[in-house]
Amino acid sequence: MAYKRQIDRLPIPPKDATVHNVTCHYCIVGCGYKAYTWPRNKQGTLKDNALGIDLSEQQPADGTWIAPSMYNMVRQHGKDVHLVVVPDHDCVVNSGLASTRGGRMAENRPSHVTGTQQQRLGDPLMWRNGVWQPTSWDDALDLVARVTARVVTQGSEDDLVVSMFDHGGSAGGYENTWATGKLYFESMKVKNCRIHNRPAYNSEVHSTRDMGVDELNYAYKDYEITDTIFMIGANSLETQTNLFLNHMVPGMRNGAKFISVDPRRTVTVNAAEQTAGVDNVLHLAINEGTDMVLFNALFTHIVDNGWVDSDFIANSTFQGGEAQPLDDAHPAGLGSLEYALDTSRTSLATAAEICGVSEADIAKAAEWIAKPKDDGSLRKCVTAYEKGIIWGNDNYRTIGALVNIALATGNIGREGGGVCRLGGHQEGYYRPSDGHVGRPAEYVDQLLIRGGGKVHHVWACDHYKTTLNASQYKRVHKRRADMVKDAMDAAAGGTREQLADAIVAAVNAGGLFVVVADIIHSQIGHNAHVILPACEANEMNLTSMNGERRLRLSEKYMDPYGNSRPDCLIAAGIAQNMERVLREMGNDAYADQFKGYDWETEEDAFMDGYNKGNPEVTYERLRAMGNNGVQEPVVGFADGKLVGTERLYTDGRFTRHGREDGKALFCAAKWRGWQAAGKAREKESHKYWINNVRANIFWQNQFLDQKNDFIQDRFPYPFIEMNMEDMAEEGIEAGDLIEIANENGATQGMAYPTDTAKRGQVAMVFGAPAGSQGNVVNPGVNELVLPDYKHTWGNIRRIAKATPRTKAVSFKSKEYKAV
Amino acid sequence: MAAAGAATATMMPAQPAKAAPANAIIDYPSNKLGNIADLKVNEPIDIEYPDENSPGVLLKLGQAVEDGVGPDGDIVAYSVLCPHKGWQMSYDSTDRTLNCPGHFSRFDCEAGGQQVWGHATQNLPQFTLRVDEKGDIYAEGASDLIFGRPSNVL
Repeated sequence: MAYKRQIDRLPIPPKDATVHNVTCHYCIVGCGYKAYTWPRNKQGTLKDNALGIDLSEQQPADGTWIAPSMYNMVRQHGKDVHLVVVPDHDCVVNSGLASTRGGRMAENRPSHVTGTQQQRLGDPLMWRNGVWQPTSWDDALDLVARVTARVVTQGSEDDLVVSMFDHGGSAGGYENTWATGKLYFESMKVKNCRIHNRPAYNSEVHSTRDMGVDELNYAYKDYEITDTIFMIGANSLETQTNLFLNHMVPGMRNGAKFISVDPRRTVTVNAAEQTAGVDNVLHLAINEGTDMVLFNALFTHIVDNGWVDSDFIANSTFQGGEAQPLDDAHPAGLGSLEYALDTSRTSLATAAEICGVSEADIAKAAEWIAKPKDDGSLRKCVTAYEKGIIWGNDNYRTIGALVNIALATGNIGREGGGVCRLGGHQEGYYRPSDGHVGRPAEYVDQLLIRGGGKVHHVWACDHYKTTLNASQYKRVHKRRADMVKDAMDAAAGGTREQLADAIVAAVNAGGLFVVVADIIHSQIGHNAHVILPACEANEMNLTSMNGERRLRLSEKYMDPYGNSRPDCLIAAGIAQNMERVLREMGNDAYADQFKGYDWETEEDAFMDGYNKGNPEVTYERLRAMGNNGVQEPVVGFADGKLVGTERLYTDGRFTRHGREDGKALFCAAKWRGWQAAGKAREKESHKYWINNVRANIFWQNQFLDQKNDFIQDRFPYPFIEMNMEDMAEEGIEAGDLIEIANENGATQGMAYPTDTAKRGQVAMVFGAPAGSQGNVVNPGVNELVLPDYKHTWGNIRRIAKATPRTKAVSFKSKEYKAV
Repeated sequence: MAAAGAATATMMPAQPAKAAPANAIIDYPSNKLGNIADLKVNEPIDIEYPDENSPGVLLKLGQAVEDGVGPDGDIVAYSVLCPHKGWQMSYDSTDRTLNCPGHFSRFDCEAGGQQVWGHATQNLPQFTLRVDEKGDIYAEGASDLIFGRPSNVL
């Protein structure tokens, strides 16, 4: 039964409704929205309203409309108020378009009145008497600090393991990354830490940075004026929706060709064909994991044909062989073009054989990327990549091989160019140096699995859903956390000191004391002993930047739910309690390190961190810049406006690697087959490649969507797209519950027959609460501990016939067809 | 009267103002869309409901479906304004979906208007149908808000 909202009218915002700037806190694109709030007993009229349009008339296509999902009633300054959040026509990022994620921001707000998102945490919780019981902040933070301080002083800060977001938007943002960074990297020097989506504290794109090229170097408008969009391992219509619709589609309408490198045919490929025509779209459906060979062949073919930007190479890239040898911290050597090509040289024939696509198609791609036009002018090409290679085979060399092409053709730092990751979350990283973490960084999941660490602080991460080797990780994490729960249960009724003694004894015996800060009771939160309720963007002011480095202030328009707090103030609370407890323990010198957190608001945290490094940037100035904000880096303030940087490297000087000569480096990307341990063997011994994919309607691991009826009605279980002949062979029908299993573990989902799926390849949606794809991913990583989530093989069996819920959903093709 | 009204504006009114009455549910028109004898399986008929500015489609699908009416339980009607940005959608008879040329969304006419894939934040408004003894088909309501209006009946 399709979900019906049974809503046939909505309140109208009155003319004097309060208007707030909102940047969607979900994906990297950061679409602009306007939030309207007004008192419960007021309303506008059809003719006189905040939208300034005549609502008695049917609005035209692309007109302003408040969908029911854009409405809610929320708490503001302690009162219930109406809330409407609609896309902003004046924001250059989205020009009034909403995605199916951002268009649900209002209804995904917690509301006591409409009952939405009642899963949100409102009080700190503590494991007590066999369950989680609500308690005060003082009580919760005291136990966190008391146990943490005891453990790091009895042993060392290496006994504290931290999982923490490093991004902007949802959860992160400059305020919150600064506060957590100050706590763990300045007050302490924690090195056993990891980021939300990978098992170490590291960059996802080391090689491009080592080559001198920051991974976000263009402006979104470059897609509109380019000759070719070269997309690798990405599905932008689903995952950067309005970047595709509002910038790439206009680019194709302006004549740009579109190349997609992806083993799977995605809705992005289909939409590109619909927009540009099939003759202007090239889908290179390569064999999984062979991207580097393709890039090396393109690089070779382009250089051998002289389709390069010789001036750019001479002036902006390193000359003279090797600049950085291959070593433990650099999985490939870096240097001049000739140096790199010596190693990377690959013929079209070799690439065709390894990649499983034709020589002619590879040659065509090279022409679309680089062959000068008839008048001799160089082609413009935007190169855009994401998880297909970031979470792919041999991350360092593969991304390096791709950046080689952009460097050889000079397509960086100029209009219509750029070589960029597309991104997942927005960015919002501002922390003290992480130099003490080291490179390669500690593989933290393995550290925990082998019994390392005694206290685990987890910030808005749910490794149950979003780590690799998740089956083993969960088993060990639970066992170690249960040891502490048992100790706490046994200490019931005792004093705080007795409780702390019991916990410390348990962690010294192999247990793990787990503290989770999150907005909901997450799956890993089931192992927590203290749970600290955080609030989201718009329940606090939050600054982040998007995929073209566009910095905005997304304004607070409602109260944090219950007693929840911004993460930055939670971190401050931990620090203040650490100082107090350490002083009680007589350790004044260490206690002094936890000074400097006397923040009242998130703005105080912003001023303590980001503003100190960027003194031009204040909340007031950002508020004035509205939803268009300013593109980082901010270089000044003039005429009442912040002055930004439209695109990086327009001066041809490359600096991301820190080299004083400003010269970019090429990457000697030597192909070595399956780089990560165990992948080749796993492929040989299983029938299906289990691709790990995204869907536009889910935001990340569905933490809010899991309680959204519209979403759960569409996909009650994680979908697994499957070839129909394979399904017939396995005796599987649409909607059947199927299990994917291999030596790493098992997971489950709902079979979704897909006419474009190749035989032997299935595509499972990542991070689902009702079936984690990470359960079957082996622990293989690269030298710098970047996981290869994308390459997993398993066998498939049916475990149950379609249920009433799965029977009711549509299993039709996801591809739009012009009629 | 006007002068008297102004003079008393800051004082207690002589009589309390009466609240304007309003029903909790919109009164939808009952509009005839056609007769079951006019329908052929998988051949869409253009309709307008609840008024001429709200285009829709009337369909006989050939097999009973969710909220389908008629002797075979297979007659349904939907708004064809995409609930993402209001583009008018086209019916694809090969797989019985409505497809939006604006931003590539599509909806399944055999599954209650469920969005198969797209950007909308709701499924298609499905019109509530009634068939009388003569076989005339009437629309008398809608399951969801129609794009481009704050109220389904303006």
